[in-house]
Amino acid sequence: MLADHKSRSYLPWLLRLFAALCLLATGVQVWAQTQDQAVDFATQSIQLAMSDEPRSLNSIKAVDAFGIYVVEHIMDGLLRRDANHQLVPAVAERWEMHGTTARFWLRHNAVWSDGRPVTAHDFVFAWRTVVDPATASEYASMMYVVKNGEAINSGKMPLAELGVKALDDYTLEVELEKPTGYFLQLMTFIVFFPAREDFYTAQHGRYFADVENMLFNGPFTLTKWVHGAALRLEKNPSYWNRDAIHLNLINIPYITNDSAARFSLFKDGKIAVEDGLVGIVTEQLHGALENRFRIHSHSDGSQFYVEFNLRPQRPTSNLNLRKAMQAVFDSQELVYKVLGIPGYIPGHSLFPVYLQGVKAKFRQEYPVPLPSLDLAQARRYLQKAKQELGVDNIPPLSILADNREINILQTQYLQSLFKRTLDIDLRVDVQSFKQRLDKMHTGSFDLVIGGWGPDFDDPMTFADLFASWNGNNHGLYNSPLYDSYIKTAQDTDDQQIRMDAMGKAQQLLIDEAVILPTYERVISTVQHPQLQGLVFQQTGAQMVLTYARVVE
Amino acid sequence: MLNYILKRLGMGVLTVWFIATATFAAMHLVPGNPLANEKATNAVIRANLERQYGLDQPVLTQYVIYMGNMLKGDFGIAFSEENRSVNDIIRETFPVSATLGLLSLLFATAGGVMWGALTAIYRNRWPDYLIMFLVILGISVPSFVFAGLSQFAILHLNKWTGVSLLPVAGWGSFRAMLVPALVLGLSTMAYLTRLMRSTMLDVANTDYIRTAHAKGLSTTRIFLHHQLRNAILPVITVLGPSIAIITTGGFVVESVFAIPGLGRYFVQSVAQLDYTVIMGTTVFFGAFLVLMVIAVDILYGFIDPRIRVEASR
Repeated sequence: MLADHKSRSYLPWLLRLFAALCLLATGVQVWAQTQDQAVDFATQSIQLAMSDEPRSLNSIKAVDAFGIYVVEHIMDGLLRRDANHQLVPAVAERWEMHGTTARFWLRHNAVWSDGRPVTAHDFVFAWRTVVDPATASEYASMMYVVKNGEAINSGKMPLAELGVKALDDYTLEVELEKPTGYFLQLMTFIVFFPAREDFYTAQHGRYFADVENMLFNGPFTLTKWVHGAALRLEKNPSYWNRDAIHLNLINIPYITNDSAARFSLFKDGKIAVEDGLVGIVTEQLHGALENRFRIHSHSDGSQFYVEFNLRPQRPTSNLNLRKAMQAVFDSQELVYKVLGIPGYIPGHSLFPVYLQGVKAKFRQEYPVPLPSLDLAQARRYLQKAKQELGVDNIPPLSILADNREINILQTQYLQSLFKRTLDIDLRVDVQSFKQRLDKMHTGSFDLVIGGWGPDFDDPMTFADLFASWNGNNHGLYNSPLYDSYIKTAQDTDDQQIRMDAMGKAQQLLIDEAVILPTYERVISTVQHPQLQGLVFQQTGAQMVLTYARVVE
Repeated sequence: MLNYILKRLGMGVLTVWFIATATFAAMHLVPGNPLANEKATNAVIRANLERQYGLDQPVLTQYVIYMGNMLKGDFGIAFSEENRSVNDIIRETFPVSATLGLLSLLFATAGGVMWGALTAIYRNRWPDYLIMFLVILGISVPSFVFAGLSQFAILHLNKWTGVSLLPVAGWGSFRAMLVPALVLGLSTMAYLTRLMRSTMLDVANTDYIRTAHAKGLSTTRIFLHHQLRNAILPVITVLGPSIAIITTGGFVVESVFAIPGLGRYFVQSVAQLDYTVIMGTTVFFGAFLVLMVIAVDILYGFIDPRIRVEASR
């Protein structure tokens, strides 16, 4: 009886529920229409995601990839690189270089976003601020090529002694410490960008901390920066070359380091690229292939290698031991069979393949012999090493790596390789980021997985890594011959002499088995088919949107 | 009562001081330098940086300076983000995490109390088994699995319907909060369900419930007025610390759904060895947690007169 009563009262309830659902559905429809999309042709706007927050957008202090990426879009230096990576005029209209003197003539129509002209004084002020010890800029060392840069940064000389002066409002003269073959390349790097003194001082230490503390002279202006959440770049209407800029709006409403989340955003049509700076992971690459997405792969310029510890108390200071390990190590097997990441290039040298030499690519002009895997020879080296070290068996060696998956994979590969071929035990020492750095710098390792991303477009950014005075020479490789090659290459602007010296340096590193080059990294991105003209570079901003446009 | 509150607050301050000191000591004992980076800086630049961040001082001096500033409510400048004070980081990101957290707690408590009560009513029948099975799932499956799965589901829902019903990720609208809040609250909901079930069953066997039945009260009235009100007490105990934990951000959920909350700073600051952010987030969380525990103790007296009587004796 009771049940009957209940079933009768269900009907109006169902009706009400149905009505509510209908209302909800219409609400959702209205809701959904206010959606922003990855690209829009009519307004020339795009949406992107970033995998991390820029640590700084101040051209004088920024060192992180995300900061440099944004700064290159909102600021303009003396020179810029075009879509084909060639140096082209930016704030400087033309320039001349003779030995240790460079002169730049600035264009008159380059203006700050408040309408005042960009002058030579703005460069003088910015460069002095970079080397000012009180600024504590991490990239101040880039400015050491300018006369007295290092002395001023060490607090031994006043700022005014820096070798840069404004001959008049539109002529800038630079005095160099010594002839520097790659000086013009440096002009595209953000620490050499201008800053206007009156504006800088008016911010009281908060220069470029927030949107209201910013003054732009680049292709875009930053109109919104919600820390950790969103950025918004709009075309700069007062940029001198505004007619060449197509995009009106670059909206970045998502910041997340979760690559699966960014890939979902791409699949949902919310972002136009995933991701220019970090790239998609291998599993996603397979998904992208299945979905027939537009995939683009490019080298990000980074070279990875295993460094040996050459401190005398370490077994790895023995040349024959290192040569034995070198003779069994095959970077092709590592890259193709162990890592299996599409596009990665097996490493054969400290110098990646994309670097430019005198006329052709550096690696074409100075080829390295492909490693010949020779187990018998390796065992002869090992035998000699044991004699020289006075041991019957090589003691277990420690290999230091941080906890990223790709590094753990490499340590496991090397562990089994050296055990199988040479009967050497490797002990894997996995540390988190900062702890690995600490152990690297104090030399608590026999082997360590390291790598380097280039700072400027010249082989020297790699070559001087293993000079005895370089802080990134973690194994303390100390070779007067190597140092002399580097000094030769640093003391002249004759490209033939420079490249010859670095070619010899490259061979010496192989002969002395200082490192085992592992791979060159390649970044794969997926891109919206309507977005054209993206440029990827190995130095500076890794992805450039300045020449991009949305097509129909 | 006032005396009691003051005593608890005093102990709370002492606890927070202890947390701050222990954290300070621990992070300085960990090898590594907050200013170190993949690219080593030369000695000159390193010295300039250390001077700017006060790391050139002896650790004890750093401790005194830091504690002094903290008393003034200044957590210092972050190492990993130029020009950003830790106060700003907390001020900007905590409201985001708190909004998400409160919404997820709403889901969790409403769901937990409801499901818990249901399982108690249907004890040892199939709704009980089903819900308890889901509860075990909710407690044991980590949140990144739920987060990833729900994002996958949204993606396919959007594709299937052809409209963006729910955003895949992002922050700013109410509908962007719904799924992340649900995912964030799932484990708390599961925990509360189990708690609610056991206390409901405990209460059901008490003398006063039997008396209520005996004197002929309706089942609904007994359930609402006697059983539920008594069973909900432990839930409130758990809820206090839960508020502090959930509203200060879930790292995984925030990163999967691109939510600009406080959660990532807890994790990244440790990886970066960012001294000021580690201290700021830990002390903030510690103080908040201590405060919530005290608040729950005080609230108890108002909800349950028996506890007040105990205290006054």
